[in-house]
Amino acid sequence: MNRFAELLDRLAYEPGRNNKLRLITAYFREVGDPDRGYALAALTGALSFKHAKPGLIRDLIAARTDPALFGLSYDYVGDLSETVALMWPKSALLSANAGHNNPPPPTLTDVVTTLRTLGKLELPAQLARWLDELDETGRWALLKLVTGAMRIGISARLAKTAAANLGHKDPHEIELIWPGLSPPYLDLFAWLEDRGEKPVNRDPAPFRPVMLAHAIEDEDFAGLDPADYIAEWKWDGIRVQAVTGRDTHGHCVARLYSRTGEDITKSFPDLLPSLHLPGAIDGELLVMRDGRVQSFNVLQQRLNRKVVSPKLTKDYPIHLRAYDLLGDDENDLRELPFAERRERLESFVRRLNDARVDLSPTIAFDSWYALRLARAHPMSAGAGEDAGAVEGVMLKRRDAPYLPGRPRGQWWKWKRDPHIIDAVLMYAQRGHGKRSSYYSDYTFGVWTAGESGDELVPVGKAYFGFTDEELLQIDRFVRRNTKEKFGPVRHVVHEPDQGLVLEVAFEGLQRSSRHKSGVAMRFPRINRLRWDKPPREADRLETLERMLKADETNKVLVTSENS
Amino acid sequence: MRPHDILLPTPAGLCCRPGGFYIDPVRPVERAVVTHGHSDHARAGHGAVLATRETLDMMRLRYGDNFARSTQAIAYGEEITLGDVRIKFHPAGHVLGSAQIAVSCGELCIVASGDYKDARDPTCAPFELVPCDVFITEATFGLPVFRHGDAAEEVKKLLASVALFPERAHLVGAYSLGKAQRVIALLREAGYDAPIYLHGAMDKITRYYESRGVRLGELRPVRGTKKAELAGTITLAPPTATSDIWTRRFPDPVTAFASGWMRVRARARQRGVELPLVISDHADWDGLTATIAATGAGEVWVTHGQEDALVHWCRTKGLAARPLDLVGYGDEEESETLTEAQDVEA
Repeated sequence: MNRFAELLDRLAYEPGRNNKLRLITAYFREVGDPDRGYALAALTGALSFKHAKPGLIRDLIAARTDPALFGLSYDYVGDLSETVALMWPKSALLSANAGHNNPPPPTLTDVVTTLRTLGKLELPAQLARWLDELDETGRWALLKLVTGAMRIGISARLAKTAAANLGHKDPHEIELIWPGLSPPYLDLFAWLEDRGEKPVNRDPAPFRPVMLAHAIEDEDFAGLDPADYIAEWKWDGIRVQAVTGRDTHGHCVARLYSRTGEDITKSFPDLLPSLHLPGAIDGELLVMRDGRVQSFNVLQQRLNRKVVSPKLTKDYPIHLRAYDLLGDDENDLRELPFAERRERLESFVRRLNDARVDLSPTIAFDSWYALRLARAHPMSAGAGEDAGAVEGVMLKRRDAPYLPGRPRGQWWKWKRDPHIIDAVLMYAQRGHGKRSSYYSDYTFGVWTAGESGDELVPVGKAYFGFTDEELLQIDRFVRRNTKEKFGPVRHVVHEPDQGLVLEVAFEGLQRSSRHKSGVAMRFPRINRLRWDKPPREADRLETLERMLKADETNKVLVTSENS
Repeated sequence: MRPHDILLPTPAGLCCRPGGFYIDPVRPVERAVVTHGHSDHARAGHGAVLATRETLDMMRLRYGDNFARSTQAIAYGEEITLGDVRIKFHPAGHVLGSAQIAVSCGELCIVASGDYKDARDPTCAPFELVPCDVFITEATFGLPVFRHGDAAEEVKKLLASVALFPERAHLVGAYSLGKAQRVIALLREAGYDAPIYLHGAMDKITRYYESRGVRLGELRPVRGTKKAELAGTITLAPPTATSDIWTRRFPDPVTAFASGWMRVRARARQRGVELPLVISDHADWDGLTATIAATGAGEVWVTHGQEDALVHWCRTKGLAARPLDLVGYGDEEESETLTEAQDVEA
């Protein structure tokens, strides 16, 4: 476990892709089976055991440390696992023996295999034993692993590529056989080291690695010809792959995968009967009521459910909106140009002839200007009553094959313009996670008439959108312009002529009784720092109220046209 | 006489009225007593300055010969009387020449420890425990998450990385006064005998260490060395230099940073550090608490850093404790680790 922890630790700091690959490949070379297989599983997210809840970790540390000291430490470090790993007291028994007769620290295989079978009641004591036996880095990695929060900037793809490099194989070969493999991947490593045959993927309904889009910027359009592209709506649902195949007995097997390849079939049993033709559809999972797409908030009721009740499937009817076809019966279509796949998709959906699966319509346009208009007014441009669930538009090259990953210049996403206001920074708080040493959570406000003249009223909080360099600048500003501290919160100077103006972008506004200002923003983020602007010139609450009214009028229009 | 009749925090620094001087004043004063040579403690522009010979030399190196109207050197263990108080300097183990200052008035003894560490350091005199009634402690790493561990293990980590990436240069960010020389000395102790390269900004102070008998092996300036020759080598540089265009003269550099802050991942990652080395010239949590207990002081004043946690700890141990609101030392340090303007001292 300590060796695996060392790898994770080093990976967490290494920014270079090639150096990451070298570190992982070196680990696979140096460490034997089955440890390296479980490491590959951990890095690709293929390990499955019941994760420990953060509450359990808190209880363990609470029994061993002063709660006030823990509170201050957690506030400072910002990450539960790391705080506990650093604070964990040296076991009296172990330090007394100082290396003699101590049990060896657990291996990764010990940890993974034990966790699989361990009962819930035995978990706390087992965890505490391991924490006693491991060093700081080992404890950190163990806690990340058992809580299922191993975010270290390694994609599954990268880990598979590192494995491929061990045997000088093409990572794409691993992707293709991957769905048929399981930890600790003894057959895979045997093949990579030329000790065994290439494993075969016998899964009748395997996942295909997905193709992703780049966000398009205004300057990108100059180099693009509208005639080369097909446009579709970008739906505010979740991306899925619906795969149907035939097993050795000729029976249909259908599976639903998330964009990362996670099998989510069990959460959507109501969709399965509709997937009755062998093929692989790339599409968006949505909730549809009375022929109308519901908002993402509604869809969320269906996500991450362990138990799917008949009431749930009735109240939140699931729907698949198809936009690509990767396989048609036995045929792999991924090498075909998108325009051809789209034709195959249209005929496939016709043959399927099922109310729960429909085609995502294309948008007719002959210039970028026309598409910009459509994006601004999806309702009148063909999205009709589903316009509320449109996030923007997707652009796909007619001749693009279906390539895994995010290949440049093939697919673009063009989201709708956000709302923007200038607000004044009022309070700052330290961030969590990797921002724990910075004042990175900002409460901002706009002007409104108060009892004694204009005053600032808080309208939202944002903790992203800025660059690392801007974060440093704001952090410095906060530290030098603090008027008061309330625990972790700093009151930052905000006078008409003294303070920092933040350009805030957000997706929408709602009325809110919880906020003093009466409005709440959806998805606010810092768009720009306006060092040039004195706070007195920041926006007023009336501006937000106007935006809110405009939003509401739009909604009314949508609804009235429906009825 | 009560403790705060002897030493009192003021905007200019810790003031000793009966002795007529300030300890580590942040504003120009008539008489200053200085614990060590780091720029936040040792400033220019005072009338008379009392400090160890090394501290005075470092101030001279940084500010020029006229940094104060007059200076007086004092040795460890030497006692002098100023006004109604006696003061005595004791090694603080922080950097070369660093001292704790014991201020006694009648029966009462207050120790202002400045910055200190109880860990081994081959480049300076070891920390000396001074029994006292009131102990003034720093709290830079005053949280139980800060446990620095053995610096020699961190140096091993650095050497293992040099072995893993022999075609890359290793750039170690380290505060130029104290940390850099300690890292070099630790590398030598670990058996590394290749030439070590230096950023120009640390040349003067490193040569000064050597002149005081600290042996650092063969040192070379980076300036004038060809890029290809730097593959597989180790270079020490001020932390800010490791993220600027100066680094382009190195082949695919691995950026390391030697600091107690490296214990917290978020810090290392935000700085773009690839190889964090937990090596600190300040006492860690275990060091702070062990030292406080060992001084026998019944009262503890906590300054610059994470005062809250240390004050809380003292109170749970039945010690009277309070945070000392001294400005000019603590608050900047966190943000300064990241600014372009200055080196870090941690």
